[in-house]
Amino acid sequence: MPLSYRSVTSLYTIDMEEKEIIEEQKQPSSKKKELVIHIKGLKKSFGDHHVLKHVDLDVHRGENVVILGKSGTGKSVTIECIVGMLTPDEGEVKVFGDDVPEMTERQLKELRTKIGFLFQSGALYDSMTVRDNLEFPLTRVLKIRDQAEIDKRVEEVLDGVGLMDAIDKMPSDLSGGMRKRVGLARTLIVKPEIMLYDEPTTGLDPITSREISQLILKMQKKYKTTSIIITHDMECAEITADRVVVLNDGEFVAEGSFDKIKESKDEFVRSFF
Amino acid sequence: MADQVLPGWKKWLEGSGDQVIFLKGFFRNVFRGGFEWSEFVRQCYEIGYKSFTLVGTTAFIMGLVLALQLRPTLVDFGAESMLPRTLAISIIREIGPVITAIICAGKIASSIGAELGSMKVTEQIDAMDVSGANPMQYLVVTRILATTFMVPLLTLMGDVLGLIGGYLAINISGKVTVMLYFNKCIGSIDFSDLLPAFIKTIFFGFVIGFIGCYKGYNSNKGTESVGLSANSAVVASSLWIFVIDAIVVQISNIIIYH
Repeated sequence: MPLSYRSVTSLYTIDMEEKEIIEEQKQPSSKKKELVIHIKGLKKSFGDHHVLKHVDLDVHRGENVVILGKSGTGKSVTIECIVGMLTPDEGEVKVFGDDVPEMTERQLKELRTKIGFLFQSGALYDSMTVRDNLEFPLTRVLKIRDQAEIDKRVEEVLDGVGLMDAIDKMPSDLSGGMRKRVGLARTLIVKPEIMLYDEPTTGLDPITSREISQLILKMQKKYKTTSIIITHDMECAEITADRVVVLNDGEFVAEGSFDKIKESKDEFVRSFF
Repeated sequence: MADQVLPGWKKWLEGSGDQVIFLKGFFRNVFRGGFEWSEFVRQCYEIGYKSFTLVGTTAFIMGLVLALQLRPTLVDFGAESMLPRTLAISIIREIGPVITAIICAGKIASSIGAELGSMKVTEQIDAMDVSGANPMQYLVVTRILATTFMVPLLTLMGDVLGLIGGYLAINISGKVTVMLYFNKCIGSIDFSDLLPAFIKTIFFGFVIGFIGCYKGYNSNKGTESVGLSANSAVVASSLWIFVIDAIVVQISNIIIYH
């Protein structure tokens, strides 16, 4: 499906803003930022398969952390533990200071309103139009009843991802990249404080992957979110990461800025570049 | 041998436990508040209205065939006048509810199983859950209540069309006025025929929705499991329809005739 003029101009704007955003983001902060996610000694097994053996991770407010790793090393399991979809076998997972595995169903639901989770496929509700997909979290999670307010937020977020023209389309009419954009818009519409991205560029061509990575950065700046991005797309990591952690065999084996990781002498880490 | 049997029993017991937990989750969400009325109405339309043609046609043909098959036997016994009464009782008590439910199990339980199964596979249910919305309330409660509400209505319509089919069959070989035929039909039906039949259709509707939702919602990840969910939803709900039928008939016989 061809992109509209509006979508193209919107992407161009993202491109122009990108350098400025990256520069701003990489300025060292003078004061220590609030700890938003704290993981210590996380272990998770499925039967005899020990996926996470010992994971420690701290993420501060406004930070973009990229988790790199081979498929099946437990990257997705880590973020699923953060959002309470999986219960760890051992270890601490604290979000905003609260222990996630100890939360009641109600507390977990409350926490999830502050966390956006972008699935690999976009996970759009395929029986609903793009508009209905975006309205769903507003009416069901935030319980907004004012239609004018709903319309305003839907249009604002959809304009942000450059897909205003697709507002009345069904997910089946959208391309892979457009689905990811709508998925991103749907998670951002509730203005979450934390964003978790599960392989946001997988299955996309290099140009669309770059656009999605730039969009993630733009949205992170606009909505001031804290993000964890799971990927094996090095360009995505380079564009979005403030810090990169590398997961191998259930443990983090390297941590640092993208440039520092790139210079690593570790053979496994080097294999990504 | 024991090694093969034991895991089968263990799996069956685990499945039964999961169903009880799912049932508990359904009832908890029914009474939780924030009922999804618009989705319930949409499901009634999708499940009920879109099944009218299939159920209606089948019931009409069943009534017609039943009358054609019964007539020669009744004529042999000189009891042709009993035909409307025999038709009415068999359609209202048994054939209408069971045939409607079996058709709905094939059409509705499979579509619910496949729809929720594919939502599970494509992470749509996870996305709903992780956003803080309540997929149980939006997807499961609305569908189970819609089948519970619509299957009795479909049965009612099927009963009427079955009797009309019977009237047509009788008129092929003889002449009976509409008034006389329906007077005889209605006159032969008691409250004790209608009530158990109506009650069992409510259970049939519930079971069709419940099993369809359970199989779809608990589908494994993978495209093959979508087909398996749809298939097992039809098999399990069809089986349960006959089990419920046997239980309700037995209980109503005990209550009404003893």
